[in-house]
Parts: sequence; structure tokens; C-alpha cells
Amino acid sequence: MVDLSEIASGFRHASGGIVGVGRGRNRQVAIAIETIAILAILPFVLHPFFVFQVTMVLIYAIAIIGLNLLTGFNGQLSLGHAAFYAIGAYTAAIMMNSFGVSYFWTLPAAAVICFMFGFLFGLPALRLDGVYLALATFALSVATPQILKIHIFEQWTGGVQGLVIAKPDAPLGLPLTQDQWLYFFTLAVTIIMYVAATNLIRTRTGRAMMAIRDNPLAARSMGINNPIYKAVTFGVSGLYTGIAGTLGAIVVQFVAPDSFTIYLSVAFLVGLVVGGVGWLPGAFFGAAFILFVPNVAEHFSQGLSGAVYGLMLIVLMLVMPGGFAGAVRIVSSFLKKPSV
Amino acid sequence: MELLGQQLTAGIASGTIYACIALALVMIYQAIGHVNFAQGEMAMFSTFIAWQLMRWGLPYWAAFAGATVISFAGGVLIDRLMFRPIRTAAVLTQIVMFVGLLAVLNSAAGFIWDFTSKPFPPPFGADPLLGSRLVSTHQATMVVATFLLLVLLYVFFRNTRVGLAMQSATEDPVSARLVGIRVEWMIALGWGMAAAIGAIAGMLIAPVVFLEPNMMRGILLYGFAAAVLGGLSSPGGAVFGGFAVGIIENLAGTYIPVVGGELKLTIALFIIISVLVVRPTGLFGATHTPRV
Repeated sequence: MVDLSEIASGFRHASGGIVGVGRGRNRQVAIAIETIAILAILPFVLHPFFVFQVTMVLIYAIAIIGLNLLTGFNGQLSLGHAAFYAIGAYTAAIMMNSFGVSYFWTLPAAAVICFMFGFLFGLPALRLDGVYLALATFALSVATPQILKIHIFEQWTGGVQGLVIAKPDAPLGLPLTQDQWLYFFTLAVTIIMYVAATNLIRTRTGRAMMAIRDNPLAARSMGINNPIYKAVTFGVSGLYTGIAGTLGAIVVQFVAPDSFTIYLSVAFLVGLVVGGVGWLPGAFFGAAFILFVPNVAEHFSQGLSGAVYGLMLIVLMLVMPGGFAGAVRIVSSFLKKPSV
Repeated sequence: MELLGQQLTAGIASGTIYACIALALVMIYQAIGHVNFAQGEMAMFSTFIAWQLMRWGLPYWAAFAGATVISFAGGVLIDRLMFRPIRTAAVLTQIVMFVGLLAVLNSAAGFIWDFTSKPFPPPFGADPLLGSRLVSTHQATMVVATFLLLVLLYVFFRNTRVGLAMQSATEDPVSARLVGIRVEWMIALGWGMAAAIGAIAGMLIAPVVFLEPNMMRGILLYGFAAAVLGGLSSPGGAVFGGFAVGIIENLAGTYIPVVGGELKLTIALFIIISVLVVRPTGLFGATHTPRV
């Protein structure tokens, strides 16, 4: 059996180490403010296409945070998060195109729908773990594009062709281009989602999630209601990834069944591991990795881009098996030594 | 009735393909405790090696044997170079390693042999078997080969020292090491065998689906489903799962009206998951009782 608590044990230390990085909250707040300041200046100095790409990094980061809550903090493996991303994206597209709803209101709607869907999917998935859960979620990924293509739904989903969405303008006459506005909009949502996630894992609920991950049997005997927590975590995870999907649809202005295949799910998983399982800031590293590294690989060699990307992944895993979380932990413990 | 017969035979024919891949997946699972997502690409690469050997003028069976041996060595090498260093790392790290391996093999095959599909000869021709309209010689070959592999594996695991040592190495590595079993080499051997079985599966499948770098993409999904349905700890279960998936897929495509061809895979997976919800470790998998 694949023992998912193995995943956990590798990263419990990681997250423990990271908490130690910032001495106290002040340092963490300082880092956060600096990061936000840099992110706020970015769209005015970068090339427009690059602004779009950074927006996508933020969106993927939200999706990876969602996956991290489920896999990193609750120990449930998912190969199906492209499905949640697709549901979020299609919610936005259908609401905007068929019902003329403003893009802003598609976010809460997608959040509710994806939470419900995740919760309901999480219930039968309770009985499965390890590889078997991987198969169940994998099936979800495989089914999603096929279901989106069905003829019955074509008047709403646009079938194989997908749907095109209009790009929103900056509100209140702000002097921003559409791309810049969407960047700030995404940034605001990202910050809210990130803070919510860090708070969630510090609460009683968060500790219960981690207890289930580390030892389900012991968690149950301490009075934690495993099924409810696991299903709710699935829902919350789906909510995060769904919101990412909604933002993704608005920013890309286009949804089609074949953008939400199993490969997107695998990309999220790669991003999660590269960033570091069980470490929330890792999502940003992971998102940047899955977005930029394939392009870099293509620069090396057109024909062998897949091989270059694969080799980079392999080398990265050999050098940093714990992803960026592991690397940050090593560097920070190295920096701390002199002062001790 | 004739339609049912046709669909059943077609299901069994594709079921053999899935069963072969499922067998290889189970082999790796036995050796390292993970499902190898790169298994399909490994099989594809091995088949290309066989094709290349034939291009260089080797007869079919020499190429067949050559590709199997090279694949075995390649499997051992992959384990020693890529997976041994991260043996103690988290499960997800290993899964990402599989993704990396998959990307490398797929892209390298496309680079060396390009993406046009190539015909691959069946070992005994593809004529109808003894004048029957339903079964071709190659389909029969595949069924026989799969069962032959299964019997060989059964005997290997039951009656040879190495087979028993391999089993104990996965069951309880520490105790196995204490009684003098070289656990690391047993795992490498498992990789080698899985690669070799994958090679045989690839060479049997290639005449049906044509040889190209993406030939295994869809098949691996079914093989994965088959292996999990049968229970990952049971080679016999994997073969059963392969046939079951093949038959379910074909019958669902024919008899469930809204499904049609498009949703075949979805329905098959849905049925498999329903089975798993009732039997969480697959139909023939061993159940583990957790300890605190």
C-alpha cells in the first residue's frame, strides 16, 4: 500500500522549519508587505505579455494551494483537480455568456458550486486511499473533457469549440489597461485566498486535517470526525481550484474542453511537489515552474523540449526531493547557525 | 445475439492489451509499492527498439528477444540511476519522477523516430484464426501470450528462490535484509522484469494500434484501471481486470444509448470506481489492517 502518511512525515519537518524562518510574526509581516509592494509595481514595469503570464502564475498558485490543502495537509492524493478548475472556468463562462452576469459575481457562484462538488465527490472517495484514490480522481480528470463535449449541453458549453468571453475593463475609470486591471484583480483574490489558507491551517480544523493525515486511526480515537473533515477538505480544495479556474477563464477569455485534461491535473501535482508539499508559499514557486519551465525547455531545443523538461524535473527531484520547501529549510538552517 | 458475441470478442481482444500493461504495472507495484505512470512510455520505447533492430535486418524473433533483454537492462538502470537515490523521499516526489521519465521517453522517441505512425508486424500474421470470422490469429496470439506470462510469473513467484526473495523484500524490507536478501537488487530486478513485460506487451500491441510515440497514452489509462480493479497486489487479478475493463468498455459503448463512443472510457471508469467503493483494495487485492 502506498502510505500517504509518508508524504506527510517528509513535510511535517519542512513546515516546522519554515515556521522557524521568520522569527515571530513581525518578520513574516515584513516579508509579506515587501512581496506585495513588489507585486504591485510589476505591471507598470513589465511587458504586457509578461503581465499576463504573471497573472497566470498567481492563478495557478491558487489552484496549487487548493491541492496543497487536500494533499499536503490532509494526505489525500488527487489527480483530478483539472476537473475543479474546469467547473470554475465553465461557471464563469456560462454565467457571463448565457446570463450576462458580471465577471465579479461569477467568483462566489463558482466557489459555492465547486465546494459542493468537491464535498460530494469527497464522500465516496472516503473509502479509498493511496493509489485507489488516485484512480478515482484520475477518472474525474479523464471524464471532464468528455462530459463537457456532450451534445446535450452544447447550447451552454459550446461543445468542442468552447466559449469566448469578453475581457472586462477597469472599473471606476481607473487608468489601467485591461491586462493590468485583471492582474490587480487576480492579485487581490490571491492575497485573500492565501491569507484564508494560512489561517485555516492554524485553526482547530487545520490541526484536525493534519492529524488525519499523520495518523487517521489516532485522529479518530481522539474524537475527530474523519469523514466530515476529509469531505470538507475536499470541498475547500475544490473551492480554491475552482476559483482559480474562474479567474483563468476571465483572464484567458476562452474555455474549451481540451484545456482541462489530465495533463493539467498532473501539472498541478508537479507544481505542488516542486514548490513543496505542506508549505503554502511553495505554491508560487510551483506555479512559476509549471508555467515558465516548459517555455525555457522549448528554447533549448524545439524537438527535444519534452525531454529537456523531463530531465529538469528529474534533476530537480534528485537535488531537492522536498521541492523548494526543502531547499528553503536547508538554507534557513544554514543562515541561522552563526547566531546560535 | 451476434452483436453481443462480436462485442464480447472485441472486448476480450482489447482486454488482452490492457491485461498486458496491467501485469507490468503490478510487477512494478510489487517491487516498489508505487504505480509507474511511465510504464506505457517505457513499453513504447522498447517497441521502438525492436522496430529499429528489425530495420537493421534482424529477424522478428531476434529483435523480440533483443528488445526484451535491452528493456530489462534499461529498467534496472532506470531504478539504479533515478529511483534509488530518492527511495526514502515522499511518495509524491517519486510520482513527479515518473512524470519526468514519461516526458523524457516520449520526447526522445519522437526526436529519434519521429511522430509518424509505423506498421509493426504481428509474430504469426493477422489472418482469421482457422477460418473463424470473429477471432484473428493475432488476437489469439495475444490471449495465449498473456496467459503464458501469467503462468510464468506465478511459477516464478511461487517456486523459485529469487521470486520468493522478491516477495519478501516488498513485504517486509527490514526482515528480508536480516535474512540476507539484497533488497535493493530485488527492487532493481522488479524494475527490470516490469520493463521486459512492458516490452513484450508493447510488441504485441503495436500491430493493432501502430507504432508511434503516443501509442500508449490511452492504453495506459485502461491498464491502470485494470490493475486497480483487479487489486494491485495480484497479477492474476490484473489480467482479470484487463479483460473486465475491455468487455465493460465495449458493452457500455454498445448498449447504453446516451453513451455512444465518446463516453466509453468515462463509463468504464465509473463502473470501476463503483466496484472500488464496495471493495476498496480491488477485487483480488489483499486487505491490510491498519495499526496504530
